[in-house]
Amino acid sequence: MSGRPVKPLKIRSARRVSRKADACCAPAADAPPCCGPSVQAKSPPLDERVPGFLRWRETAAGRVAEIATSLTFADRAGAWKARWGIGRMTYIVPAGLYVVGEPDRDAPVVVTANYKMSYDLVRQALAGRDVWLLVLETYGVNVWCAAGKGTFGTGELVRRIEKTRLAELVAHRRLVLPLLGAAGVRAVEVRERTGFDVRFATVRCADLPQYLDNDMTATAEMRRLTFTTRERLVLIPVELVSAAKVMVPVALLLGLIGGLSGGWHLATVLLPAVACTGAVIAGTSAVPLLLPWLPTRSFAVKGAFCGLLWAALLRLAVGGTWSLPGTLLSFLALPAIAAYHGLNFTGSTPYTSRSGVKKEMRYALPVAAGALAVGIAGWLAGTVFAG
Amino acid sequence: MEGFAYLKNVATLALDRGTCVGCGRCAEVCPHQVFEVADRKAAIVDLDACMECGACALNCPVRALRVEAGVGCASGMINEWLASVGLRKKGAGGCC
Ligand code: SF4
Ligand code: SF4
Repeated sequence: MSGRPVKPLKIRSARRVSRKADACCAPAADAPPCCGPSVQAKSPPLDERVPGFLRWRETAAGRVAEIATSLTFADRAGAWKARWGIGRMTYIVPAGLYVVGEPDRDAPVVVTANYKMSYDLVRQALAGRDVWLLVLETYGVNVWCAAGKGTFGTGELVRRIEKTRLAELVAHRRLVLPLLGAAGVRAVEVRERTGFDVRFATVRCADLPQYLDNDMTATAEMRRLTFTTRERLVLIPVELVSAAKVMVPVALLLGLIGGLSGGWHLATVLLPAVACTGAVIAGTSAVPLLLPWLPTRSFAVKGAFCGLLWAALLRLAVGGTWSLPGTLLSFLALPAIAAYHGLNFTGSTPYTSRSGVKKEMRYALPVAAGALAVGIAGWLAGTVFAG
Repeated sequence: MEGFAYLKNVATLALDRGTCVGCGRCAEVCPHQVFEVADRKAAIVDLDACMECGACALNCPVRALRVEAGVGCASGMINEWLASVGLRKKGAGGCC
């Protein structure tokens, strides 16, 4: 690899600071969905209303909020809602310094993002400890995505250290950051500018206690990204919800066209809508679920494969009377829809690269668009004009 | 990542072994174990595992690493592309 020419690329140029309510960021440890609010909302001021507030504590650098390490019902309900993409706009905690227990000058400083789910996971992991918790302003976006955008970044960390007067509160100069924050924080620069030594700890918050107990050393497992069935499962709801925004109107339209042209029968109204919805579900749910077992490394192909299976299933179940063109068309359009959604899922995985997605898009999108166009044109010709 | 691998040979990661001082930072921050450091030099041992997060390049003290960092997100890229050809308001998309 050393022989590869090193082009002077601008490393941070590809970063986008814009955000959208789509769930199209890698999930990482502190849970999806991540792209945060569509409006850049700054966190509210830090007062008694912060989640888990217990009491104020006076310190050398002013008062700080002590917070609980157990979650309330409202916290859990909020997490559930966030996974379904409901009301994410308010899923933000104030940036600033908090305490867990009664930290002294030697107590560790743990840093996280102000996405409420990140904050909740971290404070839960710190149960029974005395720790300073520094929450950065990431506009309600989780560590992983915020690091990608540069908001969980060197500049914000340095500013927050100064603003909270952290240096007056602790005798040591160590900060514990989530490993996935490394994509936004340049440790050498933080040291130069503040004197604080950044330790990138673990991928998952749950490993934080062991890390702290082990003299701030992580095992190889703690530093490794995973994508277990459970981690993939929790991504499905938000994939479905964001796909539904397009899918529901389209399904209604298909039903309407089918009904108007072919008469109001179950087969004409419901079938096209069900076929499309099924293809969307194949792409948004079957792909995440069956990911490791689907053929090839390409997400578009994985999606198309699920779409083909769905088309075959449909044909077996209700397609007995289908004409040959009808069958062919459904075998074109349905895999195309599923392939698109499969490709879209790359945004939620923790291992797909931008270059890879670009490459896939270049061949898969034209093919899928063509297949879909032929499928739709054929269906219209078969129903509207023939019917 | 065990059980998962993305497309072969597309990652833009590049290491300049001449500049590398073998500090091991890259191996420490990479969540996909792309590097191994031996004899005070880093080596890319698993290029296909790289997801182009940019953590290694950002944290290399001597800037011996280069990668076109960015989150691979199809709908974000479509929006970016639409914006670039003027079909979509800038800033509205490009999610990740
Ligand atoms: S971080 Fe840079 S200097 Fe340090 S081992 Fe890696 S490539 Fe070499
Ligand atoms: S860009 Fe990220 S995934 Fe790729 S080698 Fe660097 S740290 Fe590892």
